[in-house]
Order: sequence, then C-alpha cells, then structure tokens
Amino acid sequence: MELKLREDDLAFQREVREFLDRHWPEDVREARRNTGRFEESKGEAPEVRRFFDALNERGWAVPNWPQEWGGTDWTPTQKYIWDKETARAECPQLSAFGARMLAPVLYTWGSDEQKEHFLPAIREQKMIWCQGYSEPGAGSDLAALSTRAVRDGDDYVVNGTKIWTSGAHVADWMFCLVRTATDGKRQEGISFLLIDMKSPGITVNPIHLLGGIHSVNEVELKDVRVPAKNLVGEENKGWTYAKGLLTHERTGIAGVARSEMTLARLKKVATETSVDGGSLWDDADFRRRVIELEIDLEALAMTELRVLSQVEQGGAPGPESSILKIRGTEISQTLQVMQIEAFGYYGMPYPDQTLIDNEGPIGEPFALAAMQAMLYGRASTIFGGSNEIQKNIISKAVLGL
Amino acid sequence: MDFSLSDEQSLLKDSVERFIQNDYDFDKRRKVMAEEDGFSRKNWQQFAELGWLAIPFSEEDGGFGGGAIELMLIMEQIGRGLVVEPYLPTVVLAGGFLRRAGSSAQKEQYLASIIDGSKLGAFAFAEPQGRFNLADLTTTAKAEGEGFTLNGHKCVVLNGPSADFFVVSARTAGDQRDAKGISLFLVDADAKGLSRRDYPTVDGLRGSEVMLENVKVGKDALIGDKDAALPLIEAVIDDATLAVGCEAVGGMEVLYKATVEYSKQRVQFGQPIGKFQVLQHRMVDMFMEYEQSKSLMYMAAMRLDEGYNDAAKRAVSGFKVQVGKSGRFVGQQAVQLHGGMGMTEELSVGHYFKRLTMIDTLFGNVDFHLKRYGSFE
Repeated sequence: MELKLREDDLAFQREVREFLDRHWPEDVREARRNTGRFEESKGEAPEVRRFFDALNERGWAVPNWPQEWGGTDWTPTQKYIWDKETARAECPQLSAFGARMLAPVLYTWGSDEQKEHFLPAIREQKMIWCQGYSEPGAGSDLAALSTRAVRDGDDYVVNGTKIWTSGAHVADWMFCLVRTATDGKRQEGISFLLIDMKSPGITVNPIHLLGGIHSVNEVELKDVRVPAKNLVGEENKGWTYAKGLLTHERTGIAGVARSEMTLARLKKVATETSVDGGSLWDDADFRRRVIELEIDLEALAMTELRVLSQVEQGGAPGPESSILKIRGTEISQTLQVMQIEAFGYYGMPYPDQTLIDNEGPIGEPFALAAMQAMLYGRASTIFGGSNEIQKNIISKAVLGL
Repeated sequence: MDFSLSDEQSLLKDSVERFIQNDYDFDKRRKVMAEEDGFSRKNWQQFAELGWLAIPFSEEDGGFGGGAIELMLIMEQIGRGLVVEPYLPTVVLAGGFLRRAGSSAQKEQYLASIIDGSKLGAFAFAEPQGRFNLADLTTTAKAEGEGFTLNGHKCVVLNGPSADFFVVSARTAGDQRDAKGISLFLVDADAKGLSRRDYPTVDGLRGSEVMLENVKVGKDALIGDKDAALPLIEAVIDDATLAVGCEAVGGMEVLYKATVEYSKQRVQFGQPIGKFQVLQHRMVDMFMEYEQSKSLMYMAAMRLDEGYNDAAKRAVSGFKVQVGKSGRFVGQQAVQLHGGMGMTEELSVGHYFKRLTMIDTLFGNVDFHLKRYGSFE
C-alpha cells in the first residue's frame, strides 16, 4: 500500500496547476467568490467563456469522455488530480447536465447522428441542457413518472409536467424520461427523449428557492411534438440508460475538494473574526468542531480514493460509493452552517447583489455568497436521490437487508 | 409549582393566537413584507389597540405590568406566525431600557409613544469587532459642554430603517472590553451626524449599519447611570434572549406539525411517506426537540419572574443553548422531509428554517451561551 502520488502524477499535477493559474487566475477567482448568485443567467461571463475555450483548445474540456469525442486518455488518478485541482482553483464547470450526465448516455447508447449533432456542442458549452426527470408525483420514487409520450407518425407527442428542472429557463434542450408504455413493470415503460426547448407547447415556470434564488423550474409539456429520431436507444429502455448514467459519474460526487476549499475558508474567516481581543479560531469549542469536521473529511477523501483505486484496477464502483454522496453532503452542509455561524451578526444581512455592487459589501465581502451556499446547500441531501434513499440502497445492496 | 395560566394570561394568549390565525397567514405576511417598511403600520396600530405594546410596562407608566410569562405568551405566537412587525426591537429592547431605567421625562417622551404605537425604537449595541460580547465597545461618548458627543459604528441594528429613535451603547470610560465605563443614550433617528445603511436580513426583517459621526446629545439623553450600564444591558438582553427563544419554540411547533401533516399527504412508492419508519423516528425526534425546548422555555420565564439573579441568567442561557440546537435540527429536518417543496420560497417551511437559523445567532449562539451557563456555578 502506498499513498504518495507517483512522480509522473506529480508532474501532471504541476502541469494542470500552471494551466489553471494562467487561464483562471486568482483575481478572477476572488471576484467570483464574493458574488451572490440570485439568477442563473443565459450565456456566461466573458472570462468564463475564455476559460471554456482554453479548455477546448487544450483538449481538457471533457476529460472523462472517450478520446474519440474529445476526451482524454488519463488514468483515474489523473482524473482525480484534475477534479481536485479544478475545485481548488474554483473553476467554472461545464454545465453538468450536458457534459457529465447526458453525454455518457449519448456516447454509449445514442445514434451516430445524435452523437455528431450533440456531443461537440456540449463539449464547447454551446448547447445547454436540462434534465427532465422529477415530476410532482415522482420524486424519490422516480419510476412513478407519468409524463406520456405517444407515437404519432414520425413524432412522439408528449404531455406532462416536470419539476425541479435546474436551468430549464436557460436550456436549449432537455433530456427527458417519458412513459411510452403503461402495462408491465413501471420501470419497463420508460423512454429517454431529447426535446428541443423551443418546441411549441413547452412552458417554463420559475420556482424561487430559499433566498430568492432562481435556478429550478416547473416545465409543462402540452402536446409537444418530438421527432422520433430524438429517442435515445430503444423505446421502453430509458430506465436502464438513466440508471447507467447515475452510476457512471462517481468521482467528484463526494465534493471532497470543494469541501476542502470551504474548510480552508472557514478557518480563514475564524482567524479573521475577532472575539474578546483574540480570534474565533482561539475559541476551543469552535476549533474542536472544525477539527472534527476536518477528520470526517479526511476519512471521506480516503474512502473516495479507495473507490477510485477499485476503478483503476478495472473494477466498477460498487453501491458502497453511495457513502460518498451521503457523507459528502452531510459534511458540506455542516461546513456551510459553520461558515454562517462564524460570521456572527454579519451572517444576517441579505442585500441584493446590486446594492453590494453599488455600495460595497456589508460587513463581510463573502457573507452573501456563503449564505446562498448554505441555503441552496440544503438541497444537496434531497436531490440526486435523497440521503434516505441512498441509505436504502446501501442497506439493500451492500448489507443485504 | 403550577403550570397553569391565570385568566388574564389565557386571554392574552388567545388574543394573540386569534390574530395570528385570522389575520396573519403566510400570504398576508408576504403582502405585509412587500410594504415599504417591510411590515405593516396598520398591524402595528392594531397591536397598540389590542394593548400588546403596553404589556411589559408598569401600570403607572400606562402599561399592564406583565412579566416574563406574558412576554413568553406573546413571543411564542409571534414565532408561530413569523411576525415581522418590530415588537422585539421596539417593545422588548428599547422599551426594556426605558421601563427599567428611563427618567420620567424620557418615559413621557418615548415610552408613551411606544405604547400608543406612534414611535418605533431599536437597540444599537453590536459592533463589527465585538461578536457577542456586550462590553466590547469602540463606540465612544465624550462628555462635552452640556452633553455628549458620540462616535462609532453599530452593526446589524434590527429595525434600524424604521426606528424613530435608537438606544445606543457607548463607552464613556475605560478600555475597549471593560465592564465598567459603559453608558446608554437615546438618539433620535434624525440626529445630525447619524447615518444608516439599510438592508433586508435573510429571515425577512430589516437591519441597518448605523454610523455615528460627532452626534451630539444632551445630558438628558443618558439612560440610567453613567459608566454603569452593563448590568442593565445584560438584563434587557436576557429578556430579548427569552423572547427570541420563545419565537423559536413557536416556529418549531409549526414546523414539526407541518412536517407530520405533509408526510401523511405525500405519497411515494405507493404509500404516504409518513409510513416509512425512518421518517417516523425523525419526526419523533423533531417532536422531542420541540418539547424539551418548551420545558426550558417555561423554566427560563418562571425564573426571570422570580427575580433577576444568577439562577435566572443561567436558565436563560440554558434555554438559548437548547433552542439553538433544537431549532437547527427541527428546521433542517423540516426542509429535508418536505423534499424539494421545503426548498421553495412559496412554502412557509423554509422561512421558519431561516428564522430559526438566525435566532441561533441573535444575542449569542450555542457556544456563547454554553460558556455563559457554565460560568454560573
């Protein structure tokens, strides 16, 4: 057993750091760190666009994809280093729905036409996707979905309502689970459709989350005609593809690198927060809780490495990788709450970004972004299979209960 | 020992409860918050007419002579309704100083107008460097001529934007964190040299940064004794701590009940999610946190009514620790069990969660009150 990175991995790490420092420099990181995000908007800031272009030019936009479609031949360790370094540098990510979630389905099960039409545009972040999974009656129990797609000539006609659809208001396309059969097992009547968001019959209604943040929506589909060529794979096999997608992208799900960043920032805030002439970091009670969390995080980082090394040796990540999601979100939520706690009274102001832009921050420059992270962070134990569901998976699949 | 309410107390509780039920549902609250002040002046006048603004003041000051139990009854309901009208800053904080230490002239000028609803107040005490230490003050008041000149920066002053007057803590002698040398002043909002930066707070209230630049006040602006205000501040803050703790208890009651109700309605995997044992136990935990908080709430209120001493201070701190922990758990779990719905602005659940989170901060968080509790042996 050995924990150290090999010399060639260290060289790779240096190369990545140099690239990121050049194309996503510290002053840009700092400015974005302190910016509140109330509205996910269409089109990215110029510096973000430049960064994505640089990634594409270098061939690093989608490291996990097959090389044929612009991916890399990196080892799992290199991919791990990449995830860690990009998190450390607080880089913007390609829209996850396209690059991380849909793309594996497309390059595994999509038609040639679909691959050629969609994959390059996703890689270049020129086509934004959203995910039409959850419905008002189908959340944790996703297989209960009832949005219907009925074949009519060369089209499917789709009717139903999707909810919690992140970024539907800025998306060009939606990949959508729809019901194409109502007899037999619920899971066996579901198909995977690609829907152009400009199609007639689609209405996107914003849902405002805590703190007034607009990132999710309700999407109504009324007699939406979708060309049959936009069906991925076979009819009624959509559940298999969606499940394949869920186990596909395991690295990064624990958010270890991001939590490490938050932890470092929490310590910095604690050091800079004055208490009785000293700092909050001198407070043994507070420090103890931070350190406990640090140890939790270290354990999680090692668990993630163990999963990764299984993959590296050719195995598939098992259901125990659900640990990563559960513990990862618990840790990040605790960090987010402690950050607010560290600000004391300056955790309370909630000005809008315009006020800050015009007159400067109130108290702590980072407080607004930290509060938004805390509020939005509550969703992390709910979406992507709630933590309760994850525990069911572990108890069934790992413990055999 | 007697846990029952007197007839007057029951009437008070019923009257506030009725208002919350009939006139302060979540939609009405939303409309009220959209008003310019962030709350309703009309509601405030109604509070005055119903006599709620007079509750803690003595009969000779024109009040009802209510104590901690009465405060508890009102604040618990205010917590249930997530009321945004500035009862805490005006009646409990500003009013608390005036009733305990105000001169007859001060009472005439300010207390009477708190009671009739014509004036709103705020307490400017926190400073950027001070965290929860009430004595950590860099704001100064220098005796000059016939009065004092104030300079300093007070942060996150609740109800700052609407206050007609501020009670300001400032150092008149001693070093930055000395217990002695602190004094309290009444400063009108339109005083020359006072400026504000106003903002909403995350839990839907309004606050201000208050800057004092050579603000001149007469010697009649001094509340109580010069250089000796810290015990008075501590007493009023303990009332306020009880008050926000009671709000939290009210909020927790709404949340655990709403969650139980939701879990009976929401069907997944062919059954109401309330049938799943893991969620049943979670809701039992929420219920227990609420009940334990309520117990310490009674204890703190009764101790305070017995007299303001170490036992009372200890009870208040113990209550605040419990409420900080329980409020966090109940708030977070209510959001979790409501799933995506709990994350939305449309549902009240998230708003209670935000308020409970901020109540942990107000007047000292769990860590602060743990230490304070431990300091009373």
